This record gives sequence, C-alpha cells and structure tokens, in this order.
Amino acid sequence: MSKLKTLTNGIIKENPVLVLVLGTCPTLAITTSVVNGVGMGIATTFVLLGSNIFISLLKKVIPDKVRIPCYVTIIAGFVTVVSLLLEAYVPALYKSLGIYIPLIVVNCIILGRAEMFANKNSVVDSALDGIGMGIGFTFALLCMGTIREILGSGTFLGFQVLPSAMDPILIMKMAPGGFFTFGLIIAILNKVTHGRALKKRAAAGCAGCPAAAACESAGKGEC
Amino acid sequence: MKELFVILFTGILTENFVLNKFLGICPFLGVSKKMDSAVGMSIAVTFVMVMSTAVTWPIYTYVLVPRDLAYMQTIVFILIIAALVQVVEMILKKFIPALYRALGIYLPLITTNCAVLGVTVLNIDKGFENLGLAIVNALGAGLGFLLAMVLFCGVRSRVERADVPESFQGIPITLIAAAIVSVSFMGFTGLVEGIFQ
Repeated sequence: MSKLKTLTNGIIKENPVLVLVLGTCPTLAITTSVVNGVGMGIATTFVLLGSNIFISLLKKVIPDKVRIPCYVTIIAGFVTVVSLLLEAYVPALYKSLGIYIPLIVVNCIILGRAEMFANKNSVVDSALDGIGMGIGFTFALLCMGTIREILGSGTFLGFQVLPSAMDPILIMKMAPGGFFTFGLIIAILNKVTHGRALKKRAAAGCAGCPAAAACESAGKGEC
Repeated sequence: MKELFVILFTGILTENFVLNKFLGICPFLGVSKKMDSAVGMSIAVTFVMVMSTAVTWPIYTYVLVPRDLAYMQTIVFILIIAALVQVVEMILKKFIPALYRALGIYLPLITTNCAVLGVTVLNIDKGFENLGLAIVNALGAGLGFLLAMVLFCGVRSRVERADVPESFQGIPITLIAAAIVSVSFMGFTGLVEGIFQ
C-alpha cells in the first residue's frame, strides 16, 4: 500500500467511527458542541499517533502473550500526557471533556489500530495510519458536533446561526439526541454508498475489537 | 442510610451509565440480542465494577494522593482493572466453576470496557468520603447497566421482527431504538431527590 493510501484510508474508506463503528462512547457523549468534539478528536489523534509509533517500534520486543496489557500501558501513558497538557493549556476544554479524557485509554479505535496495523507494519506507515485514523475520528466528531450544536443550541462554534426567534431543540444536546444523530448519519451513509459501508464493516470491523471473542454480532458488523 | 439510597438510585435511574453517560455502549449494542447473555454480561460488569472500586479507591486515597502521584491515576487504574479481571477469572475457574461457565466469556472483554474504568474514575471525581459510599455508587452503576441491558434487550427483540427500511437495518435502527429508551429514562429526572426528601 502506498504511503498516501495508508494516510487517507482512515479518513474516508475505513473511517473508524462512520464506517467501522468503533469508539462509539466518546462519539455519542462529548459531541454536544463542535469545540468539544474537535478537542476530543485532536486529543485522541495525539494518543493514536504516539501509541502507533511506540507499538510499532516495540513490536519485536513485546511478547505475544502479554501484548494487550503492554499496549494498554503504552496508551495509558500517552493519555496521561495529553490529560496534563489539556489541564495546563486549555483548562476550559479539560473541564468540559471531564471523565472522557481518561477514558481515551479504552477507546477501541486506539487498541484496534495497535492490533490491526501497528504491530504488523513499519514505524512510518503506523504513524501515517495513526494520523489518518485520527483525522477520520475528528471529522466524524465534527459532523456529529455540528448537527447537535446547530439543532440543540442554535449556534456553531458559539456563534448564533439559527434565528433567535426559533427555539433550539434541547433534546439534541441531551443523551437521546446523541443516539438519534449517530443512527441517522450511519443510515444516510448506508444509503449513499448503497450498502458498501456495511460490507466493509462486516469484513474489518471486528478484527481489532477486544470484545470480538464474546460478541454475538462478531463478523456481522453490528457491534 | 438515606445517603446510600440516594447514591444507589441515582446510579440506577437518573444517572444511568449507558443511557445518560454513554459509558459501556459497545456491550450495550453488541451483547443485547439475547436475554441470558445480556444478563450474564451485566452481572459480570457489576461484579467487576464493585471489585475494582474496592481496590482502586483505597489505593488512590491512601497510596497515590499522600505521595503526590495522583496524576498516575489512569495508568494505575487500568492496570489494576486488567490484573483484577485476570485474578477473578482464575479464582472463579478454580473454586466456582459453575459461575465461571456462566460469566467466563464476558470477563476478558470487561478489561477494556469504558464503564468499569469510568466508574472508578467517577468515584474519585465525585469525592466520596469513605469507601462504602464509593462501593454503593459502583453497585448502583452496575445495576443501572443491568436495567438498561434488560430493557433494551426486550426492545430489540421487537425491532428484530419489524420491517425496517434497508438503509436503517442493523446499527442505525438499534441506535434509534436506544434513543427512544433513553428518552424514557429522562422521565426519571428529579425522581430520586423527590422520593428521599
């Protein structure tokens, strides 16, 4: 695979959120506004880049049997770095993301890329894959955040876009709005790609998921 | 006593982990097709939540904080949870094989379940004064997870038989069903405070 393909793979063809449906927890939870969504996306991209490079470097050193705990430790290290950086430089974002920052550790995209890509490929390829997947994740959060912020509070990046005479649909900012928006986006994507996205999910979606062994929908692309 | 009940029911109803905080969505969508596996998974999650709170809370309060190591929270917690799940699996396998057969397959995937790490981190963030309150909170979160899984499993068995438009089949309709279940949980807002006042 060429370098450019490795990079763009995660952005469109195998978008981790919209096509593979990984990392649903942050996608649903923090996309109440565009700023939160993009902030989470960038933080995750940084962790993904760091962990992909490190795991690729250490792929010959880490024994196969204990690889998952090793990966988790590496990822947790990067998450701690990101968490401290956010707390120091963007305290407002740190506060609004709250508990979801430490939870980047258990984001299945990161462990999934370590399992599926970084432990088999070269350092440069893994770094490109990390950046691509990170941009894809950020893009998905941006879409979710845009829809929910415009409908839920009538603003975009804090600026009023809907006429103030129109009441915002508050429920879009609350939990049900998250599930609903995400469901609609995936349905639209299925329609636009004529079900091709669905097939890709079935083929690749569960290979990197740590839950695959006990998941009933494994291989069907419904997790 | 009143405080304990408020924490417990807040965890189960108003601050439901899955439907309100979006923690543990993967098992919620992946293992909610059959009732017995939904219940098995939820009981395993509740069990690990309570156990890991019982270990992480004292370690954070009595080891990390006095030594100015609070920033190591994430690494320490995830390693404790991973190790704990392994130990629980081994103990169950050796001493209670019946329970192991029922919960065994769910245990490995709980390590990377955000609900478990989430509850341990939240217990610290909420600043509970003693271990008892933290454990009750973990129990409430686990039972809330169980309730959401069981309810959603029922909803899903209906959705499975419905005639769904092609683009909505699979994940989209499941998510929209989850949105409706989540709306119903919004009805519990303010309920717990109302009962215990």
